[in-house]
Amino acid sequence: RLSAGTAPQGRLLCGPGLRRSGAGLLVTKCGLLRHRPGGGGAYWVDSQQKRYVPVKGDHVIGIVTAKAGDVFRLDVGGSEPASLSYLAFEGATKRNRPNVQVGDLIYGQFVVANKDMEPEVVCIDSSGKSSGMGIIGQDGFLFKVSLGLIRKLLAPKCEIIQELSQLYPFELVLGMNGRIWVKAKTVQQTLIIVNILEACEYMTAEQRKQALAKLSGN
Amino acid sequence: LCPGDTSVLAGLYGPAEAKVSKELPDRAALEVLLRPKVGLPGVLERSREQLLRQTCEAVVLGALHPRTAISLVLQVLSDAGSLLSCCLNAACMALLDAGLPLAALFCGVTCALQPDGTILLDPTARQEQEARAILTFAISSSDRKVLTATTKGSCSVEEMQQCLAAAQRAASTIFQFYRDSVRRRYSK
Repeated sequence: RLSAGTAPQGRLLCGPGLRRSGAGLLVTKCGLLRHRPGGGGAYWVDSQQKRYVPVKGDHVIGIVTAKAGDVFRLDVGGSEPASLSYLAFEGATKRNRPNVQVGDLIYGQFVVANKDMEPEVVCIDSSGKSSGMGIIGQDGFLFKVSLGLIRKLLAPKCEIIQELSQLYPFELVLGMNGRIWVKAKTVQQTLIIVNILEACEYMTAEQRKQALAKLSGN
Repeated sequence: LCPGDTSVLAGLYGPAEAKVSKELPDRAALEVLLRPKVGLPGVLERSREQLLRQTCEAVVLGALHPRTAISLVLQVLSDAGSLLSCCLNAACMALLDAGLPLAALFCGVTCALQPDGTILLDPTARQEQEARAILTFAISSSDRKVLTATTKGSCSVEEMQQCLAAAQRAASTIFQFYRDSVRRRYSK
């Protein structure tokens, strides 16, 4: 229904929301059609969603729900729990097991995520380094937002994060499955940041600036 | 979604984990629950649920999410005629809003055949009672093809063709409404 124009020359990259059907493209999700002219030219549909579907390479926050032998079951918000092997941490060997309990938060990336198999998460990247992944520390607050907001926050120069960092210092972990973990010095500051991030979805830029100005004034 | 005074609230959950007894190995299992305004769901609700389920299965790309369950819950808030097409429209908007992959959109249109032969679109409850036959069509957005058709009462084949043509014309208005609502949502 969102009609794409004439086909450009050369190879075309189909992003999320578009599928090849026969000789043409089929739009499968509702949203804004976006185009990136660099490289071979990529088209994708920017859609708003709350439900996460595991995609290979995405960094997500998971909650450990069970320990089954050598493998942990993680709840990542998708249709089935993901598995995490205890050897998938930096410096983990059979003797040196990571200290993971049920209920811990894990930041990792998907190494296997397709529709036919159970998704698998690891906490090391391809070279064996952890690069920020692993068990997330104690305290802090975990909450869920829509996927569109996460993508906005992950954009290279995000105004929201810059403005918030001028308020208080805080630690932030963003999972592509819609989960955000925040930790600030006191519980009150953490809750304020949580409320602002949740409200950011519906506030315009001016409303946000007003709210932050009010808070930093107090 | 309210044409006149009929309103239906739709909620979509999924793709979520399916019970082993219900999961299908190659596609998503779609489940529709229709709750009437008063009373417990009865046989009429069950038959409407199956109708909605078959219409939705025709458009949802279930093969992308095998072994999952998609649940659509519809609550009737008020009924003043054309309930089935209202449910169809609400179901389609819920599918759109949730971001589920769809092959096409669909909309529901009700036609009432008066005793003197005139065709009324989206009849009220009184007009439905006086009419000779009530036809409900689910029309898809690609090529205006008919996905589902149900009839209550009797009518001739030519009359059905006329109703179908009128419904297809009306479908364009509904699709424009979908477009406007989605545009409003994304412009924020």
